[in-house]
Parts: sequence; C-alpha cells; structure tokens
Amino acid sequence: MTYIAKPRLHHPTLTLNNVGYTRRDYEGRVSTLCAGCGHDSISAAVIQACWELDIEPHRVAKLSGIGCSSKTPDYFLGASHGFNTVHGRMPSALTGANLANRDLLYLGVSGDGDSASIGLGQFAHAMRRGVRMAYIVENNGVYGLTKGQFSATADRGSKSKKGVINSDSPVDLVGLALQLGATYVARSFSGDKAQLVPLIKGAMAHGGAAFIDVISPCVTFNNHGGSTKSYDYVREHNEAVSRIDFISDRNEITAMYEPGEVIEVQQHDGSMLRLRKLLSDYDPTDRNRAMNYMQTHHSRGEIVTGLLYVDPMATDLHTSLNTSELPLNAMSAAQLCPGSGALAKLNASMR
Amino acid sequence: MQRTDISNPTYFHKVVDCQWACPAHTPVPEYIRLIAQGRYSDAYMINWTSNVFPGILGRTCDRPCEPACRRGRVEENNGADPEPVAICRLKRVAADMKDDVKNRMPSLSPKNGKRVACIGAGPASLTVARDLAPLGYDVTVFDGEAKAGGFIRTQIPRFRLPESVIDEETGYILDLGVTFKSGQRIDSMNGLLAENYDAVFVGCGAPRGRDLVLPGRKEAAANIHIGIDWLASVSFGHITKIGSRVIVLGGGNTAMDCCRSSRRLGGDEVKVIVRSGFEEMKASPWEKEDAMHEGIPIMNFHVPKAFIHENGKLTGMTFEIVKAIYDDKGHRSLVPTGEPDALIECDDVLVAVGQENAFPWIEADCGIEFDKWGLPTLGKETHQSTVPNVFFGGDAAFGPKNIITAVAHGHEAAVSIDRFLNGEDIHQRPDPLTNLMSQKMGIHEWSYDNDTSNDLRFKVPWAKAEIALASIKVEVELGFDVATAFKEAHRCLNCDVQTVFTESACIECDACVDICPMDCITFTVNGEESDLRERLQAPAHNKDQALYVSAELKTGHIMAKDEDVCLHCGLCAERCPTGAWDMQKFLLNTTKAGSSCRDGAQVKIKVADEVVA
Repeated sequence: MTYIAKPRLHHPTLTLNNVGYTRRDYEGRVSTLCAGCGHDSISAAVIQACWELDIEPHRVAKLSGIGCSSKTPDYFLGASHGFNTVHGRMPSALTGANLANRDLLYLGVSGDGDSASIGLGQFAHAMRRGVRMAYIVENNGVYGLTKGQFSATADRGSKSKKGVINSDSPVDLVGLALQLGATYVARSFSGDKAQLVPLIKGAMAHGGAAFIDVISPCVTFNNHGGSTKSYDYVREHNEAVSRIDFISDRNEITAMYEPGEVIEVQQHDGSMLRLRKLLSDYDPTDRNRAMNYMQTHHSRGEIVTGLLYVDPMATDLHTSLNTSELPLNAMSAAQLCPGSGALAKLNASMR
Repeated sequence: MQRTDISNPTYFHKVVDCQWACPAHTPVPEYIRLIAQGRYSDAYMINWTSNVFPGILGRTCDRPCEPACRRGRVEENNGADPEPVAICRLKRVAADMKDDVKNRMPSLSPKNGKRVACIGAGPASLTVARDLAPLGYDVTVFDGEAKAGGFIRTQIPRFRLPESVIDEETGYILDLGVTFKSGQRIDSMNGLLAENYDAVFVGCGAPRGRDLVLPGRKEAAANIHIGIDWLASVSFGHITKIGSRVIVLGGGNTAMDCCRSSRRLGGDEVKVIVRSGFEEMKASPWEKEDAMHEGIPIMNFHVPKAFIHENGKLTGMTFEIVKAIYDDKGHRSLVPTGEPDALIECDDVLVAVGQENAFPWIEADCGIEFDKWGLPTLGKETHQSTVPNVFFGGDAAFGPKNIITAVAHGHEAAVSIDRFLNGEDIHQRPDPLTNLMSQKMGIHEWSYDNDTSNDLRFKVPWAKAEIALASIKVEVELGFDVATAFKEAHRCLNCDVQTVFTESACIECDACVDICPMDCITFTVNGEESDLRERLQAPAHNKDQALYVSAELKTGHIMAKDEDVCLHCGLCAERCPTGAWDMQKFLLNTTKAGSSCRDGAQVKIKVADEVVA
C-alpha cells in the first residue's frame, strides 16, 4: 500500500504499440492491496497483454464482483469501461453487457470466493452458455479481506496461517470449466508472467468462453509452510504442459521446431497459439484427455499449468441465440422499439 | 555477473552522479534537501566544509555536477527538453539566505609549531589554509594583490560575482588565524625556501594569458589586450571604457567574461570570433547562452589572420574562413573554404585564446622539476613536487581548470601536508567517511520526500537588460526566491537514498518489478554483463551506469537493477512485502586533513561535521 501515486515519468526507451499507446497508458490507479500480493502481478500481466495486443483501452469492459481480486480492475486499464457488481454476480452482469454490445472485449475478474463460493452457480452458467469473455479467477485459497479463512478452493489438508487444517474438499474451477463446456481453459501462476501474459492474450482473442485460473499467493494470510498456494509451494509443484507463444496474424513466424514438438492452434480471428510441448503425451485439443490428465496429476499433488484445453473453432452465446450483430446502443429508436404493430404480430406468432 | 559489492564505497558513490562528478565530492542531495526544508545555514555549512566557497561557486562554478545529474536522463522522452536540477543556483540560495554562520566556523586548536607557506591567495591556497589553520598550523598566505581571492577576485566580472561575496568567503578563512601577507608577490622560490617553512604550497594559478602573434600585432598594440590582464584591470577599476566595436578572440569562459564586460564598458557592437565550430567551443553552454542573450553574436570558423591598422590605430581584423573536415578516425582539421578573407572592423581586440603556466620565480636550481609542458612534476594524488615539502595545487599544478578543481586540489594537498608533517607516508590516502542508514519511518513513510516532482527546471530571474548593461557592477542573475528554490529543490531525485536489496528476504513476488515506474528492476537468469543488459525490463544501454546484481535467489534467478534512470521514489521498497528492498541514505564525506586522515585514526562519526537529518 502506498501514499504516493506512481510517478508519471517513464523509461526513455518505452515504446508505443500500433495504436499509439505506451504500456504505462494501460495502467490504472496505484494498488491498495497488500505489498507483494499476487493479484498485482496479474494486473501487470493484463496491462502487458492488452498493450501487446494493440487493444484500444476504450474497447475493453472489465467487470468484477467483490473481494481482493475484484478490486483489481481499478488498478489496470484506467481508460476502459468497468462495472463492479455485487458479490458473485459478475457473470450475469457481464452476460447482459455482452448481449447488449458484442463489439467490446469482456474481461471478467473474480476470485476464489467470488466464483467458487457465492458465485459458483453464476460461474457455471456463464461457462456452459459460452459467453464470450476472458474470465480470470485470481485464486489464493483464502478470504484475505476477512483475515484469512479457507476459501472453497483451498486444498484438503492444507494449513491456515493460524495452524487449522482444512477438512473440506476443494472446488476445482478448472475441472468445472472443462466439464461445463468452456472452450479455452488454462491455469497459471501470478509469479510466472512469461506464461501468464500469452495465456491472457490467447483468452482475449478467443471466440468463446475462456477461463484462466491464476494461482495468486496471498502474502499476508496464505504464504506459509502449510499452504498449497504459497510462492514456494507453487514453484515446487508447478507442472507446465507447454510453453505458449501468442502470435497475432501480423507477426511473421520465424522460429523452427522439430515436428511433434509444437502444436499450433489458429483461433477464429486469425491469431495463432503456438504451444511448445513440455510433456510429449499432452494434447490440448482433447477435452476428455485433458480432464483425465488433470485428475491424475492433481492426485499426485502436482499443479498442472499452461493452456489445458482449447477449441479453436469455438462459438458463443450470440451464435446460439442468433442475436443482432449491431450493438443495442448503435440501433435507432425505431429499431429498438418497432411499435405496437410489431408486438401484436409477435404475440400472435406465439399463440 | 558477479554479485555487486555494495560495501565498496565507490559503488553507491557512483550512483550519486552529482557528488561523483564534483571534484570536491560535495554531498549535493543532502544539502538540497536542507534547502527544501528552509535550513539554509545547515545547507551552507555542508557546502562550506566540502567546497569552501559556496556563495562564489553558487554563481560561478563550472558545475560538472549538472551534466551528470540523473534528472537530465530521466526526463528524456518524457515531454519537454530534459534538464538537470539547477544544483549550482541552489547552492547560491543556501549562501544568500543563510543566517550568520560565524559561530559555526571551526574552533582553533593550539598552535603545533609547524609553519606552512601558501603562495597566492586563490581558491587552492585558501583551501589549504582553511584545512590546516584550525589544526594548529601556522599558515602564511602570500599574494601580490591587496585582497585575497586570486583569479576569483581579478578575473570574474562583478556582474557575475559581487565583491561582497568574495570578501565574506575569503574572510571566513583569513579569520581562522591565517597570516595574510598582501601585496607581497613571491619572486624567488629559493628565497622562500630559505625562510625554513615546514611546507610550501604553490597555488599561484596560471597567470599568463596567451598572446596571438600576427601581422600588425606590434603596430596596433595600443588597442589589443590580453583577456585576463584586461579583466583584472577592469576589476581594479584601472580600465573603465572600451571602444564601441570590440572583437573578442577565443571560445572559452574567459572570452565570455571579456565580451560581456565589454558590453558594459561602452562596447555596442561586441563580437566573439572563434576558429572552431560553435559546438566545440570550450565555454560552458550556459555562459555562451548568457552572452548571446546580451546581444553578442558568436562567429565560428574564422581563423584570425592579421590586425589591420592605419597610422598605428587599429581599424579591424582579417579572418580566413574555414570548415571542419573529419578524417576516418574522426580527427578534425580546419580547411579553408576558398572564400575571400573576411574583414571585420573594430576599435579594440581582446585576446582570450588560453592561459599558460609560468613560473619565472622558481629557480632552476631549487630542485623543483618541470615537464616538457612547463608544468611541475607532481604526484597525481599527493600533489607533492620533486622537493618533498613543496606541494602544488589549482591551475599551477596540472594546468588551467576551474575553481572547484582548485578546491579539490587544496583538500588533497592539505591531507598530504598534514600526513607529511606528521611523518606519515603521503601516498597512503585516507578512505572517505561513509554511512548507510535506512530512511524508513513507518509503513509508507520515509524520512525524505519520495514523491517525484514533475516540474521542469526553473529559470533564474535576471535583472532587466537596460539596468544590467548600464553598469559592470550590477549583478545580472538575481538568484531564486524562496518559493522557486523550494520547487527546484524538489526536482532533485535524492539519488543518495539508495535502493538496497537483501537476497535472503526476497520471495520473488515481482511486486517491485510491477510498480517500478522506470522499469529498472528485473528478475532473470544470470549472464555476462553485455547479455544481461539486453535482457532487462528495459534495455540498459548507458554503460556508465552500473547494474546492481544480487546473488542467486531461490528460483535460480538473480535480481538485476539498472541504476541509470532510477527515480529513488522508494516504491519498490513500499511494495516489497518482506523488506528485501530498503531505502538507505548513503553519506560520503571525503576525509580532510586532521587526525582522521592519519594512520591509526579511529573511525569516529563526527556529528559536528554532518547535519543529522
């Protein structure tokens, strides 16, 4: 926590992206989270990803619920649209916004409490409907704002800072997302931006429901010896399935790889995800195998990270509902309210 | 890369760019903070201890600190023109606004029976006197003029430096029990040595202005003057007028003083004419600006050819017009362009093409050896000549430089003399006194103001041109007022408050990397310096600035911090959950003559020397 604002001065070599902004232009206000919070690193990764993607800040809508994680949209993309919903209700507010205007890029920011406890139902339905969004859960396994009780994602057997052993089974958000039909599922770690930034870029370019579970240590309440969400524990047990490079269609592909070493996945907008395999038997386009793999490794105490599953040809809720291409705010009053004649006709068709 | 050894005092000293660049190593950020706090007398005394002439230097210093100032680098590509902190003019603020500091002057120790003679009463000699007299040495300063100051008094025009300031600051020294023999020019070294002084310090400057021997020089001699002699005559009031059309030859700071003085003594059309290009002129950029501001054109690439005269009266000068040609190795030569020679009419010419050392009064048989350039053979640090008890400093030692260099020489020579007269090896130089202290006051509270100012450099107000040009005695620069000084002081980045990193505490959470506004900090795998410099958050291309590298951390990465454009804002330390980063003030005071410079000196922190902030 700091009293001074981050100085405006920046490094002399800081460059502009293709839409004319520096990385610093994607920052928000100075964070009021605890010093060393993993969430701040995720904010930095979002900033880096949006700058690299040449996204104009006004094209992003960031929505969040309640909690430490849900405070973070104040700390990045200060020039974007934002909406802070009631606890756990980010997915429905986001679904509504998305239906009204599909031209924006939607970033849903939530935490383990917000998505795995009070908002578990909301989370589930947003995934199964295929709302086009990048849904980021900043997962630290504790309720930091209420002094560190276990959250629903805390592993059974892990210890709280006060020494209490958690007896409940954890909610596995990645497993749920896979099961419920999310078309881009990843897990990452706030302490590994080299992995996290391309995952966020891939999610923002994805054509359907993209979900990233980011393990983000709570330095104040959950970064001790008995924790399974501490910096040390995650680093020791991190099992990355691949190294990911996000390649927008403008970039030239230069590096050469042996066949079988690399999987390239082209998304619908032309962007390319290049996955350099770290595990030879992993296929991120096979949902069933991904789920199996996750379960097997979880039982060994390993934390599998990377892009776990992607359906490159994903569709979204707008396709299913056959909605208008035009955002509601771009329609004329006559289009939005076609009059009593049209209503009567519609009613008649239902009788 | 090897882990950075921060226990080596030069590491953090180099980070304080201004202090490192200053020949006397004045702790600049320390006194600038005091100015911001309104503690002008304290700020003055820090300066006085280090550079002896704060009021004089605050107006006339060559300011090697300012081109080195980090502020100039951090403002690059951040909007308007990057400019360093106005360090020199802030020094003047301390001098102008201080209270009476007489009772803060050093107390005098009982006489130790050793006699030291200083030749010349310029900045080098006076520094030696200031350092040695309070220790009990019987110091005698000889000078050919009536008042002390040397070059400071004779050649710096009054419109840049009022006489009252010289009187005050030379007075502080002469009041320390120094015997000042004015009007006594030493004309024989053998004679002086025969008086059995225990040590002799030669600080007589470089008193001879170079002449320009060209056709017509003899015939038109009445209107051709050597710059430094002319300035001295103006200073003493012997000369009060000059012709209306004046040519000043030369591109150094003396030339700038000559042209601006001429402007005030009747010169309506004053021109500075130089052989080289404008950029290569030796004068400080601000002195050139000041001259041009007063309507004095600077003509470059004109090589003087002849003085033109009619019946013994100077009427003008001819110049060959040249251009600069660079060969493959970048060596410059001036080649005639083939244009016809330029004739420039004038009534007077001032020749300011350089100064020479001259020691006609040092007899060849006295044992002092000189090199082929006519400079004494000296120990580089000791300033000792080939006669063991004779020391040189200032312009007399290594050729013409500037006041602050002369002061630095004086301090070094005083250390040599003190050790020499105590029977110690003078090649053994004392370490500086250094201290590193945390500035943490609370969770997000520091004992310095870490909120970086966005202000651009403030301009020092000037007297109106019609008033300033009407008299040679009206000071042109008015100095900052309190409010502007406060704001300018805030532009200082507090580079002496160091970012200190403790590996064992770091959990590699990246919080410092994320918050750093200047992208200074990186956690990555180690490598060779040239490779590492390219792999940082922002490339570290300024090789003069060090990388601060930690030992290997838990993940096998190292922390690498590029010191180049760090704002010293302390946000890394504020965002660090474990206190692995801390902001610690690095204080370095060079060791002056006295017990602390001698062998076996106990390291004692002398509170009297520092102001406890």
